[in-house]
Amino acid sequence: MATAQQGNNSLMFGKVSKSGLMSFLSAQGILIFFLISMVVFSFFSEQFLSQSNIMSVVRQASIIGIIAVGVTVVIIGGNLDLSVGSMLSFATVMVVDLHDKVGPTMAIILMFALTLMVGAINGFLVGFMRLNSLIVTLAMLSAIQGGILIYSGGQNVDIANQDGTWFSVFGRGYVAGIAVPVVIFAVLAIIVQVVMSYTSYGRRIFAVGGNPVAAVYSGIRKNWCVFSTYLISAFCVACAALVLGSRVMGSQNNVGQGYELLVLAGIILGGTSLLGGAGSIWKTVIGVLILGFIQNGLLLMGYPYYTQWLVTWVIIILAVWLDLANKRKRLLTTHS
Amino acid sequence: MINVKGFLKGGGFIQPIWVFVIVITIFFSFMSDYFLSFGNLSNILVQTSTIGLIALGMTYVMINGNIDLSVGAILGLAASLSVGLQDHGLAVAVIAALASGLIIGAINGLIVWKTGVNAFIVTLGAMIGVRGLIFVYTGEQSFYATNFAFSDFGAASIGPFPLLAIIFLICALVMHLVLKKTGHGRNTFAVGGNAEAALDAGIRIGRHMTINFIIVGFFAALAGVLLATQMGAATPNLGRDYELWTITAVVLGGTKLTGGYGSITGTLGGVLAIGILRNGMNMMQVPAFYVLVILGVILISVLIIDQKLNVHASKGVSI
Repeated sequence: MATAQQGNNSLMFGKVSKSGLMSFLSAQGILIFFLISMVVFSFFSEQFLSQSNIMSVVRQASIIGIIAVGVTVVIIGGNLDLSVGSMLSFATVMVVDLHDKVGPTMAIILMFALTLMVGAINGFLVGFMRLNSLIVTLAMLSAIQGGILIYSGGQNVDIANQDGTWFSVFGRGYVAGIAVPVVIFAVLAIIVQVVMSYTSYGRRIFAVGGNPVAAVYSGIRKNWCVFSTYLISAFCVACAALVLGSRVMGSQNNVGQGYELLVLAGIILGGTSLLGGAGSIWKTVIGVLILGFIQNGLLLMGYPYYTQWLVTWVIIILAVWLDLANKRKRLLTTHS
Repeated sequence: MINVKGFLKGGGFIQPIWVFVIVITIFFSFMSDYFLSFGNLSNILVQTSTIGLIALGMTYVMINGNIDLSVGAILGLAASLSVGLQDHGLAVAVIAALASGLIIGAINGLIVWKTGVNAFIVTLGAMIGVRGLIFVYTGEQSFYATNFAFSDFGAASIGPFPLLAIIFLICALVMHLVLKKTGHGRNTFAVGGNAEAALDAGIRIGRHMTINFIIVGFFAALAGVLLATQMGAATPNLGRDYELWTITAVVLGGTKLTGGYGSITGTLGGVLAIGILRNGMNMMQVPAFYVLVILGVILISVLIIDQKLNVHASKGVSI
């Protein structure tokens, strides 16, 4: 496991392998691409590198980032979570709707409890029932969305007295000049990264994702490990819902629709393998920020909003391709 | 009771999903007087033809061991093109729409083949990117068909049978025969079952994968064009979540995500099961929301049953 983790960290610490410059370039391709695009954007727009713009980009990226932190853990454990978009809708509707009924404190506690319960269902089905995570979370995506619509009757919810509640602090507040969503994002990312890198729990998750059979033979309780990754994912979704609900002070029924894809895009872009057993939170943070800056840069250059999706298409595939090409020392596959 | 297990495995004459289809058909026919009417049944076929057509192609891709998440976006693009280009003539518009599906399918397939990047990632990218393409092309506008020949096509029928339903059933038959009787069908199973063994056996696995992506792209585009003829319009968000419905239908039909196993008849059953559930619950005046929950529960139940019956499934390969 030690070597795997060193490999994971090489992105952050810039460790250059022996095989020379080209290998280094392709290994760090995504960071280099990021730097080049930053330079290009800053040529075309004076505001791009301004402090306020950078802060607002990070702030916008923080909701996707918070969720991505949790999903990264699930992916490292060798599974997928497609239900986070629906779960985000669910949690946001819950916290906003309950806010006026039971007050902010109870609403937040209940929302976390309910979201963790949904995560526990995911975790039970994948961890203990050992069902295919892709299909399970796909089914949950549909079921949760249906559940929200049944609960709300298709109505959007909002908070009646928006100025008279401290609930707004999560989405709109600042701590020492830094937006609260960014603080939550950073704190979560650091905690989870430390847990994954420096605790035996984190090593177990890597082991389960890398080689489940070997992990079980080493005495790791695989089922519990997988179960717990879904709880972490649900917890992160709940944090994101806190930010989203508090920023908007209301919620549509499908507010989180499509988030699962953006989250996955960020994670893949960062370089975490969907096969499990490898990856890191830092990579995910970088991936999510790259998506955020590209979106922002394209907007500042005057391109339509949707151009970023086209660019995302290209860079996701390029990022994974470069990584693969680097590993097999050749650009294309050879089979016919 | 002796051979229940073998039957549920799908080894018998009737696939389990078809039993489910028959059961819910009987159930709904008791619950609603109108359910079993000819008009309603052909209505169900027309409604399911959209997802059904995509599911035909998706079955090939999934038997092949891949997955295509971009079908919903391809459907949206084809629908927009088929309506938006009608100023240049109806034929041009429809051909361009179908060609867009073929091209995007080919791009997906070639990337999966040549770069070796996982199909999940490639088509996830395409799903996001093609949706962007739609919005860039349409400028976020909905298009309305001004040529009535186009929207008449969606409502046309041959004798008492709606044209769209006939198209869907013919496509299903053709796809079934291709899968069962041709070398491409056999090799699709072989590649999905064990790609390395297939490679050693001299099967050109890359070509077969690419062809299957082109097939699913074409069917997604066809579904988009036909859906646009039904509505006489196309919106840029058309087809959102269709990939989820399609995958649900195919998995309900017994096709394995891990590849190497599946059938068009099963997929047809899966598609009909979804269509009948939606239609029947509509007739019982159950809000549409409940269908989402019930589908999710059914999908997970199918997985659990499948796993209890097949030891192999418990190895749980996840992408």
